[in-house]
Amino acid sequence: MLKTMLIFDYKRKAGGIKLMKSLNFGWKKQKVKKKWTKEDSELAVLGLPAFIWFALFSYLPMFGLIIAFKNYKIKPGHSFLYSLFMSEWVGFKNFKFFIESNAFYMLLRNTVLYNIVFIILGILIPVTLAIMISLIYSKFKSKVYQTMMFFPHFMSWVVVSYFVYAFLNPDKGLLNLIFVEIGKDPVKWYSSPKYWPYILVFMQVWKTAGYSMVVYLASITGIDGSLYEAAVIDGANKFKQAIYITLPSIKPIVIMMFILNVGKIFYSDFGLFYQVTQRVPNSLYTTVSTFDTYIYNALQSNVAIEKTAAASFFQAVACCITILLANYIVSKIDSDSAII
Amino acid sequence: MNRLNEIKWTTNVLFNIVFLITSLICIIPVFFVFMISVSSEQSLAEFGYRFIPKYFSGSAYVFLWNEKNMILQALFISVLVTVLGTVIGVFATTTMGYALSRRNFILKGFYTWVVFIPMIFNGGMVASYVVNVNILGLKDSIWALILPLAISPFNIIITKTFFKSTIPDSIIESAKIDGASQFSIFMRIVVPISKPVIATIALFLTFAYWNDWFQSSLYITNSDLISLQALLNNMLKNIQYIANNPTAGLSLQQYKNQMPTESVRMAIAILIVVPIACAYPFFQKYFITGLTIGAVKG
Repeated sequence: MLKTMLIFDYKRKAGGIKLMKSLNFGWKKQKVKKKWTKEDSELAVLGLPAFIWFALFSYLPMFGLIIAFKNYKIKPGHSFLYSLFMSEWVGFKNFKFFIESNAFYMLLRNTVLYNIVFIILGILIPVTLAIMISLIYSKFKSKVYQTMMFFPHFMSWVVVSYFVYAFLNPDKGLLNLIFVEIGKDPVKWYSSPKYWPYILVFMQVWKTAGYSMVVYLASITGIDGSLYEAAVIDGANKFKQAIYITLPSIKPIVIMMFILNVGKIFYSDFGLFYQVTQRVPNSLYTTVSTFDTYIYNALQSNVAIEKTAAASFFQAVACCITILLANYIVSKIDSDSAII
Repeated sequence: MNRLNEIKWTTNVLFNIVFLITSLICIIPVFFVFMISVSSEQSLAEFGYRFIPKYFSGSAYVFLWNEKNMILQALFISVLVTVLGTVIGVFATTTMGYALSRRNFILKGFYTWVVFIPMIFNGGMVASYVVNVNILGLKDSIWALILPLAISPFNIIITKTFFKSTIPDSIIESAKIDGASQFSIFMRIVVPISKPVIATIALFLTFAYWNDWFQSSLYITNSDLISLQALLNNMLKNIQYIANNPTAGLSLQQYKNQMPTESVRMAIAILIVVPIACAYPFFQKYFITGLTIGAVKG
């Protein structure tokens, strides 16, 4: 019973798109000043563990960002906070250093270009697959395909990097064995940058397509069947139905995925770029480095922490701006699809 | 059976072929890695990685069995982190979700902002690292693996939406009239009827913790606190060395002593994958529940 209610609920809300909007911030009922009751205290206590978590792991780091504006020097014998506050303010010097460094342009280009390709393919391929899988006759086969295609989502990138290594190992990997078999020269994959954009895009699609397909499929199964019946009477074939009924019906969720992914355009999937390439070897450095691999490597090496923090802060601010911008543009075009 | 509004028979066959191929591409790497893990070293050295090895051998698994102290310790850490993390995460997520779902809650607006702002802006990797190490003292602590992943705003929104849309206000009102506090309403009414969403959150968290290697690579140096994923991740370091310097001045003997053999690494990967591969088909529907309630998981 509960489950049917749940399913009904998604369907009504077109895959849950309105649910993000149900984050209403309590604006509407400020009119009457309410008294603090015992019930409020109890609810406040219930929310307390998560509140403390957010304070420590989300808001404290925001405050920790001041390190990016400092020339951090450890004062021996004093606590971290003392050292932090006593360090000299340098304004935007650390940011200037990062933006003017040689790596900056390369990192920006890689991160944004890879993400643009991921976003486009991440919509085209799963939506096509979802429409196709919704049309095949056997529901059982459809379930089996979904289960198998969902599988890569559950692998960590460390494990996936071993899968990739099994294929790309220069001496023993399957691809080079096949190349030798058919008389081509084996390729030193991990030191040949030109192949990596394709490999990374392929791996990203491999890992995420099944998952996204299931998201879109859930939205497609929620479409009212009578729309299709009406279309048949009007003489529309399956292709036309997909174009004129299915696609418009799943538009809100596609737009929502789009906004969320555009919002992350300055972030990269760290595991993909770091693990699959075997930790960004020097020969691939300019092809596969992104902000995240750069920051992580700087963090693990002796680069001054405030310079790394500046790079990381730059990334966070850029992301914040893009997500607000993407949402603003979408809300202008189609206010129902905006998420905030 | 009504075939009136369906694709043509030939299209159906074509689509089936497409999906058969994509499905195979998705799962064949696991099979391949498994075959490597049961190949003998000699077979790997002579013939490379093959789908059907020339010589089978269980030596990788025997090796792991001999090293069982290390493996069991890593397994123990993985399981401990997964279980503790999931319990803490589910508790904090659902309590907050419930508080946010109450219409008349006076702090609702404030708590909603607290949850919402981190979705738009966060301090980034470095600021978190600095705070976690220097202020919270999480370096080389098991809590470094557990706490940072416990809560995500997305999970809170899923639970909040679920509570709001499926728990009738009348039940809660009548419990209040009977004198129940919000705590007992939550534990005795909300939790029992919210099992689907709790299962969903628990599964998200379980897989996130089981698959995590990143926290470990940032915070853990103590070898007693290495999880299975981190163990696999640490083994990668040696491969990277080889990949960068194929002709490093190591003798074959040093090389062999220093590195676990190929099949052993693949066997560890299999050890990580097998529990997931066995479990997830049964739980898949909860995943789909979760991602359709919240519409998306970033």
